[in-house]
Amino acid sequence: MQLVKRGALLASVAFIGSLAAPIVQAQDTLYMPSLTYRTGPFAGGGTPFADGYADYFAMINERDGGINGVKIVVEECETAYNAQKGVECYEATKGNGALAYSPLSTGITMALIPKAPVDKIPVFSMGYGLSAAAIGEKFPWTFTYPTSYWNQLSSILKYIDSNGGIEGKKIGYIYLDVGYGNEPIPVLDQLAEQMGFEVAKFPVGVKEMQNQSSQWLNVRKERPDWMIMWGWGAMNPTAVKEAAKIRFPMDRFIGNWWAGSHSDLNPVGEAGTGYLAANFSGIGTQFGALEDVIKHVVDKGESKVASKDTVGNVLYNRGLFNAVILAEAISVAQEMTGKKVINGEDMRLGLENINLTDQRLSELGLADFTGPIKGSCSDHEGAGSIFIQQWNGSDWERITDLIAPMNDVVRPMLEEAADKYVSDKPDWQTQACS
Amino acid sequence: MFYREAGQYKTSYAADQALLPLAQDRYGIAIVLFTAFVLIPFFGTSFFLVSIMIPFLIYSLAAVGLNILTGYAGQLSLGTGAFMGVGAYACYKLTTYFPDVNIIVHILLSGVFSALVGVVFGLPSLRIKGLYLAITTLAAQFFLEWCFLRIRWLYNYNDSGAIEVPNRDWFGITVTGAEASPVARYFLILTVVAVMTLIAANVLRGRIGRGWMMIRDMDIAAELMGIRPLRAKLSAFAFSSYYCGVAGALMVFCWLGSAEVESFDINHSFLILFMVIIGGMGSLTGCFLGAAFIHVLPVVMRAVPSMLGWDILASTVEHITQIVIGLLIIFFLIVEPHGFARLWQVAKEKLRTWPFPYAT
Amino acid sequence: MQELIHSLTVAPFMEMGQYPDFLIQVVWEGFVAGILYALIALGFVLIYKASGVFNFAQGIMVVFSALVLIGLHEAGMPAWIALIATIGVMGILAMGIERFVLRKLVNQHDAILLMATIGLTLVLKGAGQLFFGGETKSMISDELGFSSGAYDWEVFDGLVIFQHIDIAAAVIAVLMVIALSLFFSKTRIGRALRAVADDHQAALSVGISLNQIWAIVWFASGIVALVTGIMWGARSDVSFALEIIALKALAVLILGGFTSIAGAIVGGLLVGIGEKLFEVYWGPIFGGGVEAWFAYVLALIFLLFRPQGLFGERIIERV
Repeated sequence: MQLVKRGALLASVAFIGSLAAPIVQAQDTLYMPSLTYRTGPFAGGGTPFADGYADYFAMINERDGGINGVKIVVEECETAYNAQKGVECYEATKGNGALAYSPLSTGITMALIPKAPVDKIPVFSMGYGLSAAAIGEKFPWTFTYPTSYWNQLSSILKYIDSNGGIEGKKIGYIYLDVGYGNEPIPVLDQLAEQMGFEVAKFPVGVKEMQNQSSQWLNVRKERPDWMIMWGWGAMNPTAVKEAAKIRFPMDRFIGNWWAGSHSDLNPVGEAGTGYLAANFSGIGTQFGALEDVIKHVVDKGESKVASKDTVGNVLYNRGLFNAVILAEAISVAQEMTGKKVINGEDMRLGLENINLTDQRLSELGLADFTGPIKGSCSDHEGAGSIFIQQWNGSDWERITDLIAPMNDVVRPMLEEAADKYVSDKPDWQTQACS
Repeated sequence: MFYREAGQYKTSYAADQALLPLAQDRYGIAIVLFTAFVLIPFFGTSFFLVSIMIPFLIYSLAAVGLNILTGYAGQLSLGTGAFMGVGAYACYKLTTYFPDVNIIVHILLSGVFSALVGVVFGLPSLRIKGLYLAITTLAAQFFLEWCFLRIRWLYNYNDSGAIEVPNRDWFGITVTGAEASPVARYFLILTVVAVMTLIAANVLRGRIGRGWMMIRDMDIAAELMGIRPLRAKLSAFAFSSYYCGVAGALMVFCWLGSAEVESFDINHSFLILFMVIIGGMGSLTGCFLGAAFIHVLPVVMRAVPSMLGWDILASTVEHITQIVIGLLIIFFLIVEPHGFARLWQVAKEKLRTWPFPYAT
Repeated sequence: MQELIHSLTVAPFMEMGQYPDFLIQVVWEGFVAGILYALIALGFVLIYKASGVFNFAQGIMVVFSALVLIGLHEAGMPAWIALIATIGVMGILAMGIERFVLRKLVNQHDAILLMATIGLTLVLKGAGQLFFGGETKSMISDELGFSSGAYDWEVFDGLVIFQHIDIAAAVIAVLMVIALSLFFSKTRIGRALRAVADDHQAALSVGISLNQIWAIVWFASGIVALVTGIMWGARSDVSFALEIIALKALAVLILGGFTSIAGAIVGGLLVGIGEKLFEVYWGPIFGGGVEAWFAYVLALIFLLFRPQGLFGERIIERV
């Protein structure tokens, strides 16, 4: 018995020892963890996003030999959109010199926001996560470029307003009934009062994503003039199909930027013709950067995309754009600190001082891909603009110019929300901005 | 030869009724505790502590809770995830209202709320049995999930719908929230788990525990012999939910740092049930073995390809892990339906007679 | 308070009376959803009756079979050939499950059999994603000859819309139940099946092969799963999110009883129609989303009064 116990003890000590051994990391690389979900009910959105993210960094390595000569190492960790696994991935990768995290999940983002200041690794939740994180004073380590959910909603309402007026109308809001979908409701309620429209809400439970007939029966009962959708994953195609079933006019049905991708509408096809969605990252491959990705990565078979057609679709480009902003932040950080190999704190500085002007976007091969983004100490979202795209039965088409958000209305609300978040955390780390 | 009780004479009733009457068991436990309290915090990396030990201990505690209900009292439950959620939300509300009270008090108190909820949803067990009861606990699971979302008061009207854990101290050391060091959190959890397991072991071998087992083995016979089913079943629900609630509070406060409804969804109920069944129903050791197997195996499997330098997609590894775990569960159920605990017992028997298996 | 009571007890019914066309639509949608629940429950019942196994994997079998069908079609098979091939795959799966899982777990505790099927769920989930990817896929309903149009019925100054696919689902479900009942009552295998359901030992002693029967019921519930997958997929695409909906069938089982085919159908319809009515007319009072738990709570309350389900056999306990 003792022998066995001793053996087990030795084995466990050896096991612990092997874990304790530091993972050797080459000193002259930039390490970018990528928390992906290529599995689970949201894999349809997670997969192209992860591909775009990885391919852009691969292209930079291939074409330019890295950023200012330093290669980027992307390591994927599968989260399955699950907060527990996300935290586990974070713990597993943060020690390797991670520069920033983009988990593409509200739940995981929430778990990482308080950890960021402690481990000194910024969280870059591009257009998702906590809207209040836009306030740089209160959230020094979190960034939501190019804009937040709240500002996006205001842009969508502006679009509605410019298409037949919004006053006196009834707006239906159908949303995934989790933190993500509930988040914009305060803004919706407030703007309803200011702009004089009525709101009807239709929550869709995570378990009911593919069983929405009662929500759409309620829509039929309420007869809203417009519908706005905050959906994700399998919820989106089902919602569009149900809308078609009750004959809701498709060109009055607007999805947010997570409810308007090719993986959402391809299963719907013709029936979804006319459906609208917000977006902030260009569609298609007609951009210089995308052509380079195809040339240097996809054509060489180094991409993980299932087929070449995926390149250039909405979520692929969004993942790529996520990488673009991070790459830009790295180069800003390198310039500011004079170091080639940066750490998380430098990365934070880089993200904060990012300035993607139209000219810079053209240099990157992304002219007309998106609007300019400028960050600052106090502004961590950039209040960027969005555009509206429309499904033509087989592909997305951009149909509007950039629509700026109503930042003057939303910003005070964001500040209030940020204050509230911080209020019950006495030792929360903030920063002063002049 | 190694595990013989020969020569160990008991001279008092107390010694005879000790929790661990065999010297070998006492040494074994001492070694395990020494490893857990000294070696692991001393040698373990932060990743090892945070991603392996902390979740393992928390899941073990939840598994102990479920095992009390399912393994000892015979009431199959699929609502563990939700009961953990009740504990987590209760702890969050308590620490919001009484920020100055020691966090450990809140964590232990939060279990009381989950015990109350457990009793309410345990009421049907007086009329319903077996798989039917399992499905009514699904009602608890889904109804509570809906409450966690719809009752905004529970998460202090946060726009995000998530609960975020504040930093809280315990004798001057931060033990919860993002600033707590892994070692501090590990010690807190380890202490709670060790003490609560000890309590469970003693309750289970006492009058209450024996009553539960009688109900499990045959409820009508137990009733005829003077066990009140109402009291026995509900106390099992209360006890079990208390453990699950504390595990849930620990999960959010010492591991995740923030949680949404999804952190308590049905998949967690299944996960804990896996642990109990693979570990062995009606065995406390089994809870720990099961939790180690179900939690640690995927973590190790995920690390294997990169260690060997294989270039496999993270998602492919995930899928293969899922298949392997599924197959292993089936395999173990076929080979040893009574779980690891039974294997451990068999191993002890072998050790007892080794190297002369025919001599008794 | 009075207002609340009014909105709970009076207002919904007034609304129903006010717009009868809408009420018909709600009931119809509930009916169709109920049929799909019933089909999933039917798969459970078949297996439970014959082998006493509570097959948790029924939900994932729905997704898996639908994915196989779509995958084979994408690989270049014509739709009908793919359908037949999928039936073949489900047959092989059934035999594999019987040979490598069930046969080894004879006479085990309920919970252990349940766990084995949960293990099976994990295997099928992993395999499904590994081979076919996790993206949402659209069902090849056009290729299989289902029309995507709808009939309009103008009634009570309103409009009720009947989707062709929903009507097809209802008809196919009815046909399937009839076919299954005939199979059970008229064929040799069907009778053997009922004999096994009644008493394993007695069935064995008159020379019925348990192994064969189990393979057959798993195959049958595999086909039921495939039909459910096609129908639900045609309504709202195929993704792994469907699996969780299948859990609703558990509530249906409670209402109908574990062993009754008629119970599965009636229970399915009760849950389907009940939850739509409750969500549409009462849901808004509670902030919506009540569908997630309605079925289970209904089942729970029901159980308190009738523990054996609507058509279940009376449970008699002896010491």
